Amino acid sequence: MSECRGKGGVLINRNLVVNFSFDGRSYSGFAGDTLASALLANGVHLLGRSFKYHRPRGLLAAGSEEPNALVTVVRGNEARSVPNLRATQVEIYAGLVAHSQNRWPSLGFDVGAVNDWLSPLFPAGFYYKTFMWPRFAWHRWYEPRIRAAAGLGRAPGGPDPDSYAQCYAHCDVLVVGAGAGGIAAALAAAGSGARVILCDENGALGGSLLDERANSQGGSDAAIWLRTALTQLAALPNLTLLPRTTAFGYFPHNMLGLCERITDHLATPAAGVPRERLWQVRAREVVLATGAIERPLVFPGNDRPGVMLASAARTYLHRYGVRVGSRVVVLAGCDAAYGVALDLHAGGIGIEAIADVRTGAHLVAPAAIAAARAEKIRVVERATVLGTSGRLRVNSVSLGVVAADGSVSNAGTLPCDALLMSGGFTPSVHLHSQSRGQLQWQADAGVFVPAAAAENERSVGAARGLEGLQQALEDGTQAGLTAAKACGLTPHAYSARIAVQEYSTRGAPGALAQPGARTPAKAFVDWQNDVTTRDLQLAMREGFYSIEHIKRYTTTGMATDQGKTSGLNALAIIAGSSARQVPEVGLTTFRMPYTPVSFGILAGYDRGDQFDPVRRTPMHACAENLGAVFEDVGMWKRAWYFPQRGEDMHQAVARECRAVRTGCGMFDASTLGKIEVVGPGAVEFMNRLYVNSWNGLAVGRSRYGVLLRDDGFVYDDGVVARLADERFHVTTTTGGAARVLGMMEDYRQTEWTDLKVWLTSTTEQWAVIAVQGPRAREVIAPLIEGCDLSAAALPHMAVARGTICGAPMLLFRVSFTGELGFEINVPADYGAAIWEAVRAAGQKYDIVPYGTEAMHVLRAEKGYIIVGQETDGTCTPDDVGLSWAIGKSKPDFVGKRSLSRPAMLASGRKQLVGLLTADPHVLLDEGAQVTATAGQVAPMKLIGHVTSSYRSEALGRSIALAMVVDGRARQGQTLYVPMPGGDLPVQVTAPVFYDPQGARLNG
Amino acid sequence: MLLIHCPYCGDRPELEFSYGGQAHIARPSKPESVTADQWVEFLYLRSNPRGVHAERWRHVRGCARYFNALRDTRTDRFIATYKAGEAPPQQSGSTP
Amino acid sequence: MVESATARSLEFAATRWLRPLPPAARCIFCGDEAAQAALVAALGLPGSAANCRAVSANGRSLLWLGPDERLVLAPADQRQSLSAAIEAATASHAHSLVDVSYRQVALELHGPTAVRLLNAQCPLELTATAFPVGMCTRTIYAKTEIVLWRTALESFHIEVWRSFAPYLVTLLGDVAKESGA
Repeated sequence: MSECRGKGGVLINRNLVVNFSFDGRSYSGFAGDTLASALLANGVHLLGRSFKYHRPRGLLAAGSEEPNALVTVVRGNEARSVPNLRATQVEIYAGLVAHSQNRWPSLGFDVGAVNDWLSPLFPAGFYYKTFMWPRFAWHRWYEPRIRAAAGLGRAPGGPDPDSYAQCYAHCDVLVVGAGAGGIAAALAAAGSGARVILCDENGALGGSLLDERANSQGGSDAAIWLRTALTQLAALPNLTLLPRTTAFGYFPHNMLGLCERITDHLATPAAGVPRERLWQVRAREVVLATGAIERPLVFPGNDRPGVMLASAARTYLHRYGVRVGSRVVVLAGCDAAYGVALDLHAGGIGIEAIADVRTGAHLVAPAAIAAARAEKIRVVERATVLGTSGRLRVNSVSLGVVAADGSVSNAGTLPCDALLMSGGFTPSVHLHSQSRGQLQWQADAGVFVPAAAAENERSVGAARGLEGLQQALEDGTQAGLTAAKACGLTPHAYSARIAVQEYSTRGAPGALAQPGARTPAKAFVDWQNDVTTRDLQLAMREGFYSIEHIKRYTTTGMATDQGKTSGLNALAIIAGSSARQVPEVGLTTFRMPYTPVSFGILAGYDRGDQFDPVRRTPMHACAENLGAVFEDVGMWKRAWYFPQRGEDMHQAVARECRAVRTGCGMFDASTLGKIEVVGPGAVEFMNRLYVNSWNGLAVGRSRYGVLLRDDGFVYDDGVVARLADERFHVTTTTGGAARVLGMMEDYRQTEWTDLKVWLTSTTEQWAVIAVQGPRAREVIAPLIEGCDLSAAALPHMAVARGTICGAPMLLFRVSFTGELGFEINVPADYGAAIWEAVRAAGQKYDIVPYGTEAMHVLRAEKGYIIVGQETDGTCTPDDVGLSWAIGKSKPDFVGKRSLSRPAMLASGRKQLVGLLTADPHVLLDEGAQVTATAGQVAPMKLIGHVTSSYRSEALGRSIALAMVVDGRARQGQTLYVPMPGGDLPVQVTAPVFYDPQGARLNG
Repeated sequence: MLLIHCPYCGDRPELEFSYGGQAHIARPSKPESVTADQWVEFLYLRSNPRGVHAERWRHVRGCARYFNALRDTRTDRFIATYKAGEAPPQQSGSTP
Repeated sequence: MVESATARSLEFAATRWLRPLPPAARCIFCGDEAAQAALVAALGLPGSAANCRAVSANGRSLLWLGPDERLVLAPADQRQSLSAAIEAATASHAHSLVDVSYRQVALELHGPTAVRLLNAQCPLELTATAFPVGMCTRTIYAKTEIVLWRTALESFHIEVWRSFAPYLVTLLGDVAKESGA
């Protein structure tokens, strides 16, 4: 270990050496180190290349606000590589493998850095301005190359092998942030009996309590208080402590999303343990103790490795015993920088100078300057920075002095290996703002602080602009007690005290003064997106005024960073350049997530076979045994066709169709939706709802019902049977089951409250086996008792109860094939047994199980529509040839009034027709368009579209159904279906191709 | 995720509910006697206020009842929920 | 005569914390207050079910699902007799009685991890005060609708439509594996 590791470090265990690698080189650190602190301890300051210019970058910060040091961590293989992790938050473990990003061929020599030399060519909006012509080239040439050159890490190279957990949680008080304020709030609330969740994004709890200088006994007041507090927290049964857990989003009604990282810090995670867990926490009260983030200073060359936030240097020293340099210059934009300089000085780090960059006299606190001078540290007042030097690490800084008239004079160059800066602290108001809480400009501190809350939420301590640990403790305590009281609990007195030397964290945002109007070199405002002062100024010169436009044009504050370090400086620069005050410029929206979350926790358990429920019918296994190929219909698996002995789909479907037309087929129709409509008001309810009239439907009979929406368009259809005077059994389409029930409930509950009628879904109560074909009756007759199957006793559309093989049965004489047909309904548990019994009984008639594809062919031959295939939500009953179903004498039903609207009666509506291709072997494409004449060129005049198209075994040719403008009047005409190979001539026919008189139904 | 007060079941998470559009739009009792324009207004015309909105919700994964709510579209705050068929409660004073 | 293949309804091996419940007689009864009172009498229950509450006696249970909707549960051998008895007792009231014995299946989740396993994908607050013993409600678990009924402090009766049961059981298994149940 190099001389970069000094004494101290409250988070590291010097007895546990941890070996890891970065960019292929091996290093060692200590247990408790982050990747950032361990690399610094090894003297590594170069950690990445910048987004646009590929400039060498080091660490700016020590926490989650780090914009530069983004790394990819690879665990085992490509699939387990995680890009864009902040090195400041990656805890090292034995064998950790990390890589820098956005460089080629290496971090030290990056070809992409040529962008930096060419940077005069890359101003704000460069891409928008340059790569405009030719138009087609953007997608083909420019964008792929720009994306390859600019960017962050690479996405993982395979399916994520890790698992991700999710959970919902409820608590009285959720405290975000376990620094002084948060811990005090949690102790106060939990001590009052509240159920508390306390989360913190870091592995080590304590926040800035961990950053206090140790006293002569090796501890600090803050550390002692923290140790006691953590012991108290752990002992509270009503408190859940979540370290490594980021509150990334604040959602309505006090629901927060937390991302808990469970295994990323472990060398060997236990098998089966999820990598991360999503917590969706509903809290009665929320305390935001999210602290404050130090602002960088904006000056030329402020992005070299070694240029760092002052508080970060203090964090590295006190938490990890790491010295960020041996000759340090501190740029003080607030008093707190003096505290850092004094801490580093006490830690044996040479302080070359403190350059106090404040020029407003009221900002300067003489006490801090006196304290520094007492330690013989040189202080340069009214300073500014003219530039820095050092290719891969800063090696000097050129200072200037700002005269009272604003002019800048050169004040010489200081050698240094670390340049620390502090522009003051910005409260972390992200979550408060996400919750739609208001913000208020605090002019004397130069920051936005939380104002009125929109939720049951309060910010405490530094998060609301308060300074110092003691204030944070008191504020947190108060907030915890208030929150407990708001939950109806009696606050239990609690108090805490810490005595430490504190310096003010107030500064003034904006850029440092420079000689002349324009800065000569790059002064970065947004490190992550490579946005400089000049970019912002250029945007304004080009006429951008609104902060929303400037943000998008320059990309400042965008991406994963969300402006944590850059936001306020950008606002101040924009305000200064347009003679506005910061509040006039306004804020852009704080977006979630606060820091990036993996897609894994958002997907959670919804992956692979469990992505969605897979619904199987009671006869699914029977179909599987018969070799069925299944198709997805909604969530259902339906048998699509049953190939035999090397048949392809076409051959199988042809055989299945042939069997139904000439002998007998059986079909699993269980997925059809079923609703029982019961009560004295059942008939009237059905009359008001469906287009049909139900008064005349006798018990034991059924009818094809059509359901419209009130806009007059076909919504669903199905067979409706009257089982008793006050009981209907309504079937719906497979996909329509839930929405039809929902629509029925809507009318029942909110429009027709006069009717005593109730609805119950019975879709899954019944297994349904359709037996169809001229031999259907012969097949099932031997199995059935208690009901007469003769044509006289059970005519087409009759319904009867009985038993089949002893099982209770509801038997429908219905047909969706045009053949003699029955639908056997049995309780679901009996489905498989009855299926096998029917199949056995049908063997001597060569019964064939058929799937949904054959069902479609058979119904299309008969011109039976499928709602959702022939119809598209804009079809009236007349459009699809269903006017006959309408009960003409009814004064009203859902949709009736719309059917007489002028637009519904006008000519030019698309109507259902059949199409026959001139060449019977040609199969039209479903969805193909129809034209009146051949040889049209785009834009063509389209008069219709093909809705269904099949090879008909019965007709020995292709058939199609189509919706064509005024189609019924075009019967006999030749129309055209334009295809890539040319126009296909088609003849318009009636939509019924097979047995138009329906004689076969009545067999 | 919104927390919605079902008039029958109490406070429940939004996942259990479905949205039902603007409330208090009565279907004409005799549709055959309204003009085409009146019918079109009933079918299609809805308000979209920035502020308090009376709207329908259904506790579809709960008691399955439709009910009505007053919600401020600016803040997502529910001012009240009440059973279908009831008049919206009087709002006291100013809206948030 | 075929055997009712009841075992098909829900096939999975019981674990320490999850077991399939035996087949049952189930029906949905809808009607106004008077009809509900007649139902309670027909079932021999001590009282009616308040909102989101269940009442049980003599192996029969009445679960409040909605203001006019109840789920009746009884032993499977009462499938025939139960409906007949209810119809007879409530004939003078407008009502709807529909047999749903086979529409859904039941399982029982029990033990100290039950609440945690439920809260992995069910958004309800399940503390003993927010969801006390005897409370029941329709709700969701991930992407499936369930009826959740707390029968003891650490025991939940779950009703789920039969085609969603494999999804639910597999998911509960996945969740349990991760939380070490």
